[in-house]
Amino acid sequence: MSEIRNFTMNFGPQHPAAHGVLRLILEMDGEVVERADPHIGLLHRATEKLAESKPYNHSIGYMDRLDYVSMMCNEHAYVRAIEQLLGIEPPERAQYIRTMFDEVTRILNHLMWIGSNALDLGAMAVFLYAFRERENLMDAYEAVSGTRMHATYYRPGGVYRDLPDEMPKVAESPWRKGKDLDRMNQWREGSLLDFLEAFADDFFNRVDDYETLLTDNRIWKQRTVGIGAVSPDRAVQLGFTGPMLRGSGVEWDLRKKQPYARYREMDFDIPVGSNGDCYDRYLVRIEEMRQSASMIKQCIAWLRDNPGPVMIRNFKVAPPTREEMKDDMEALIHHFKLFTEGYCVPEGETYAAVEAPKGEFGCYLVSDGANKPFRVHLRAPGYAHLSAMQEMAKGHMLADIPALIATQDIVFGEIDR
Amino acid sequence: MSTYSQRNQPLVQALNHALGGRIVSMTEYRGQLTVEIGHEHWLDSAWLLRDEPDLAFEQLIDLCGVDYLGFGDDEWETAEATSQGFSRAADALGPGRFSWAERPEAADIPNRFAVVVHLLSLGHNRRLRLRCFLPDNELPVIHSLIEVWNSVNWYEREAFDLFGIVFEGHPDLRRILTDYGFIGHPFRKDFPLIGNVTVRYDEDKGRVVYEPVEIEPRVTVARVVRRDSRYIDQKLEGGEQ
Repeated sequence: MSEIRNFTMNFGPQHPAAHGVLRLILEMDGEVVERADPHIGLLHRATEKLAESKPYNHSIGYMDRLDYVSMMCNEHAYVRAIEQLLGIEPPERAQYIRTMFDEVTRILNHLMWIGSNALDLGAMAVFLYAFRERENLMDAYEAVSGTRMHATYYRPGGVYRDLPDEMPKVAESPWRKGKDLDRMNQWREGSLLDFLEAFADDFFNRVDDYETLLTDNRIWKQRTVGIGAVSPDRAVQLGFTGPMLRGSGVEWDLRKKQPYARYREMDFDIPVGSNGDCYDRYLVRIEEMRQSASMIKQCIAWLRDNPGPVMIRNFKVAPPTREEMKDDMEALIHHFKLFTEGYCVPEGETYAAVEAPKGEFGCYLVSDGANKPFRVHLRAPGYAHLSAMQEMAKGHMLADIPALIATQDIVFGEIDR
Repeated sequence: MSTYSQRNQPLVQALNHALGGRIVSMTEYRGQLTVEIGHEHWLDSAWLLRDEPDLAFEQLIDLCGVDYLGFGDDEWETAEATSQGFSRAADALGPGRFSWAERPEAADIPNRFAVVVHLLSLGHNRRLRLRCFLPDNELPVIHSLIEVWNSVNWYEREAFDLFGIVFEGHPDLRRILTDYGFIGHPFRKDFPLIGNVTVRYDEDKGRVVYEPVEIEPRVTVARVVRRDSRYIDQKLEGGEQ
């Protein structure tokens, strides 16, 4: 009788379902995964070390490039860590703007997740719908920061600038004209807040659409129910956070338990799963999108009624306005020092965490009193999730591996850093 | 002896009660509690922190290494600026400012390497930071926490990869983030930011070759330390736990 041996195979780093550059070494017993060993680091850019060689503000843009589908949430953790060390607090309006854009970002992330997850498991249409909505939110990013993805919008002491009064419109072109153009521009007549409100109102129906396509879909349920089940105890032990933890039935959300920005004023629920499988995590994220849309509307209501500054008036940290620089020597000097040297952060250390769409995104910052951080460590939620791949995958079929990667919502920008 | 805020009092008492002499020091900064644990008590403190009901830190959120070489040094100790601008005049001490040949000597500072852990208690809704300095700078060794918190697996591999900290008892201490066959521990402060080797495809040899770096390290903004009294003793309001 011939000897039967386990078969070792490479999944990725070029596999379309690997969500980037994951190289997964699978030891297979027939179709069943015996061992899954993720090899990561193919996207390692030493962000933490780069940040040590630059003034504090220069690294905000790097944070966008960590988890590149939830950009502003990463910025939020980093900026909050600096603010804690400096002992400053942004104005209330800036905090509401941050809260709103954190939720916009959460929807952006979850749309990316639902689209790619469905695509990985064979449902093509959801991907197209999800990207249609993402496009609108990208436009909101662009309106407020000038770029569609890597916003660098949050700054220590507030946000870069106030929300624009006018939402840019789509220009006419040979491909976009007539009724098509009118439809695209119908939300864009007013301000950014009008646009986001129109989006949020409409978005509940869009989430219902996704649910129509997936929730009771027989194939979808066959691919997700009972796959990758994690018990609550194991989820905590494995360092799960965010929807991965909530899917296992642990009610834990930093926005509720350790509120930051203006989450204390927000009215929202934490959805939790019960079985801890891919399907429950899907349901959790779907509900989170609805909650996010509702929070965006709450923020819009406040922001409409309460104009005010969006950046602290402290020229050590935030630049003075152009007009002030023309009049005031002090302001000019501050501007020069701020942009040539930055600001010195008092010696100390802090850890600031935010509830990013994927889980707890934290920034551990050590300062020795210089204008550059001494040590930055970024705690990426996906890192802990992916390290549990072995435990989640063992005993599942090869075809379940894409489902597991997708349910962990893996993005390599944050895992490899 | 530092003082503790009202919110941290119960935690401080519970820690003192449970850990006792294992605590080297305990400090609070910006409302966050940091406990320094003696190197030899690292593992048993971890068990206590997880299992004592008053502490109950069920979740290890994060572990990372820190290299304290050059802590508090600045690069602004220059007498004159050269015609090439201050960037050539500034002492190049910080990460990436030197080529490998002229890297600063890892001066024999005590407590160069530390391991920092962030714990979270879901039940008590509390956070705690642990720090442990490693006695040996040449071969920093510490006990692995993988039995206590399974989530530490990759974090310890990362600290090993980037700082060369060895975790005793870790079942699978391989490099994780750097390239296969990488030499050195890149997040150490005496490792240049630009690295040591570049990679390119050699047409003649028909394969990828490694070569020494050619680019010059450059200082764009010098590292300066300014003690500014305005930042001291400002209390941060807000919901930080």
